[in-house]
Amino acid sequence: MSERSVSITFAGCLRGVRYCLPVLPGTVAFGAVFGTVCAQKGLTFAETLLINSFVFAGASQFVAMEVYQAQLTQGVILAMIGVTAAVNMRLLLIGASLRPWLGGVPSYQTYPSLFFLTDINWLIALREYDKGERDWGIFLGSGVFIWIVWSCAVIPGYWAGSAVADPAKWGLDVILPAYFVALLVPLWKGKRQTVSWLAAGAVALITWFLVGGYWAILTGAMSGAVVGAFADE
Amino acid sequence: MSEPVLAADWLFVVAVLGMTAVTYAMRAGGYWIMGRVPLTPRIRRALEALPGAIIVSTVLPIALKGGVPALLALAVSAGVMAVLRKDIVAVVCAVAAAALSRAYGL
Repeated sequence: MSERSVSITFAGCLRGVRYCLPVLPGTVAFGAVFGTVCAQKGLTFAETLLINSFVFAGASQFVAMEVYQAQLTQGVILAMIGVTAAVNMRLLLIGASLRPWLGGVPSYQTYPSLFFLTDINWLIALREYDKGERDWGIFLGSGVFIWIVWSCAVIPGYWAGSAVADPAKWGLDVILPAYFVALLVPLWKGKRQTVSWLAAGAVALITWFLVGGYWAILTGAMSGAVVGAFADE
Repeated sequence: MSEPVLAADWLFVVAVLGMTAVTYAMRAGGYWIMGRVPLTPRIRRALEALPGAIIVSTVLPIALKGGVPALLALAVSAGVMAVLRKDIVAVVCAVAAAALSRAYGL
């Protein structure tokens, strides 16, 4: 069905950049807030740039900074790495779902590009694949662009400190979840999705009530995938 | 504030490198595993179902944690998207809905 060959062009990368625009205000706002958090926690400017551009996974950076202490011990370092792993577990599934899309691309190209994997460029790549897009520049271009924006966004936040207002007041915190929901709508094709999503939602909520945190994404998504694989026979 | 701007605690650098390594392992790991599992029709269907399931499982806790403004914003996003099929319009309306409902103290 989807056996058209996958290629990459510069025009594709640029299209990827353009598709990021709806979520840009959210990315900038949260990058800036992260810079402020780092300044408040007493990180140097270099340390702030380092953690932000290397880890490049928003939610996990915030949680790790909650754990951070100025007097770093082995325990604190391990805890920072541990919470980062827990929060970013969903990237395993997100990456797995890209296999049909990028599987034909040589690994020396895909593995470096996977450093730029985020929810945002995953959503964009996925939506376009669904529409028949086979230029994986969409994925790479949007990923690199978000990385650059994210890397720069901490700078004003770090120096301006509390000048960055509460993003929630302006509704900026709902940009990413709202974008998620907007992209969910065209993914619905019929009964198979309904059943799979109900399973995902139910398991996610139960997990969230019982365990909390980010485990809900993992258990919910796996359940939805299994139900989706077996539904509609 | 005597510390120079470009200084970095080497233990902090170790922590960051560790965080970067585990995060990259997650980014590449799922993709790598799926390259070693035969892509049977069943696995393919599971992978096809995965994105929607991830989105549902990510958004539901956010919606419940965020209270009325978040629920309203996400409902607006879904509604606008279903009618207009324009993601940017859906996001803008959702942000406006969240900001307005918070301004009115919901």
